[in-house]
Amino acid sequence: MVGGVESSSRIERITTVPGTEELVINMGPQHPSTHGVLRVILKLDGETVTDVDSDIGYLHRGTEKIGENITYTMFIPYTDRLDYIAAPSSNLAWVQAVESFFDWEIPERALFLRTMVGELSRIASHLLWLATHALDIGAMTVFLWAFREREMVLDLFEMAFGARLTVNAFRLGGLHQDVPPEFLVEARKFVDLFPSRVDDYETLLTENRIWLQRTRGVGVISAEDALDYAMTGPILRASGVKWDLRRAKPYAAYPYVDFTIPVGENGDVYDRYLVRLVEMRQSAHIIDQCLDMLPGGPVSCKTPRTIKPPEGEIYHSIENPKGEFGFYIVSDGSETPYRVKIRPPSFINLAGLKKLCMGELLADVVAIIGSIDIVLGECDR
Amino acid sequence: MADEVVNEEASGGSSPETEAPEAPKTPPGKALRELVDAEYPGAILEQTAYEDREDEVTFVLADDALVKVATYLRDHPASSFKILTDLTAAHYPDDENTFQVVYQLVSVDHSRLLRLKVMVKESQEVPTVSGVWSSANWMEREVYDLFGVKFKDHPDPRRIFMPEDWGSHPFRKDYPLEGLGERVYEKPKRKEIGE
Repeated sequence: MVGGVESSSRIERITTVPGTEELVINMGPQHPSTHGVLRVILKLDGETVTDVDSDIGYLHRGTEKIGENITYTMFIPYTDRLDYIAAPSSNLAWVQAVESFFDWEIPERALFLRTMVGELSRIASHLLWLATHALDIGAMTVFLWAFREREMVLDLFEMAFGARLTVNAFRLGGLHQDVPPEFLVEARKFVDLFPSRVDDYETLLTENRIWLQRTRGVGVISAEDALDYAMTGPILRASGVKWDLRRAKPYAAYPYVDFTIPVGENGDVYDRYLVRLVEMRQSAHIIDQCLDMLPGGPVSCKTPRTIKPPEGEIYHSIENPKGEFGFYIVSDGSETPYRVKIRPPSFINLAGLKKLCMGELLADVVAIIGSIDIVLGECDR
Repeated sequence: MADEVVNEEASGGSSPETEAPEAPKTPPGKALRELVDAEYPGAILEQTAYEDREDEVTFVLADDALVKVATYLRDHPASSFKILTDLTAAHYPDDENTFQVVYQLVSVDHSRLLRLKVMVKESQEVPTVSGVWSSANWMEREVYDLFGVKFKDHPDPRRIFMPEDWGSHPFRKDYPLEGLGERVYEKPKRKEIGE
């Protein structure tokens, strides 16, 4: 808030100086701080940002169109390539969206395993965000530490699904096969260790003077504006709106586990950082409970050989690490969907970049883009 | 007393009191429907819901009533749909109304979803809702880019994913999966800020 007031007065001061002119600079698409192939065209008055234009689409592959030409099962691996940082979350959104056409009884073991893997992917995603975001602002050690823990999560994925990034974790009706017993042992070791590692990150950053100066009061968005721009996930919660689809529209095993939803106050970059750190701790807490409660039995229910949802349309969304990740599916009763629409959190959160950056300094744009936590694979689709 | 409660009895025999067994099963979206109908009668042309699920309720709106109804649903405390979470279109080349533009709304206060739809003909413009929800700006650009549906009074009517000079709209059903063979060899002309 303080930053906003300062910035607006700064604009007035600069524009009244005679003989100055605005500067247009191009950031990206190869700039390392734009997290992929995002191009931002910035208009500057001195060092103050006066206009922002994002150029996206470099990674547009027409995933929705592909989805309309293949069967429901065949589309699962394509969802891995959307949010490749947290691929199991994308898988989960798709299989649950298709399952919501039917009244299949998904076995409880599958629900708990889905929840566990989904939360592991949240930890993996937030760790990558923390690593790169801190690196953008200039903290090198956090990057190395966070990747050390992310490696452990990816090893768990490899143990359970045979792949590290594009895991293709779930199938319609449950999981492809049960996880090996070692997975549960290693997952337990990980959740026992992980909270102390989050403490380590906090030692480096939370009260670090440089970190506070770079993040506090930067990129402030009010709750009303965040809702207006349809921002979801940690950004919305950092602005003080307690909205989490895991609680509001419970799916998988979330009705059975206990967790708190962190909420920020100021809606700045610093609050988004705090919210995500608490979310990582809560994810570890959820996995811990799932391991305690994990029931036995099959991991998949009987599903028909060809999946033909009845005619109709469904919108189903889940709480992805980055926000609300949903699918709108129109079925015409055949084996392939008539229309698939992905509701991408990165695309919609990025649409508010202009709102977040106006009146801020050029160096803060990097911090703000980092705090939105975008993945261009899912933004461009 | 017990005999009357049984559903089969009520539906089969005793016709005068059909109201009582119907009472617990309110049709989906009833309250919202009444809310909109009271303020803007005739705005909702049709109402559907997948398997009567509350969160899959869809109101098909007349296109000239869209902005009014959207603003009303956003501001009224009983609906309070503050988030436009998704906006898309579906192409039906054989129908009279070629495009269905679909708006997915979320109410944080009431923890519920609602879908609005507008049916438009080929080359008919849809009123923009970017004045109601700012998030609609990019989503409408996306629908224009991929389907060619134009939005009237859109503040920034540019393409968003495809190159500016692409020429056609790839998500239409008559557009082949492998593309039409368009290739962009020239340097794309893009109007930068400040030009």
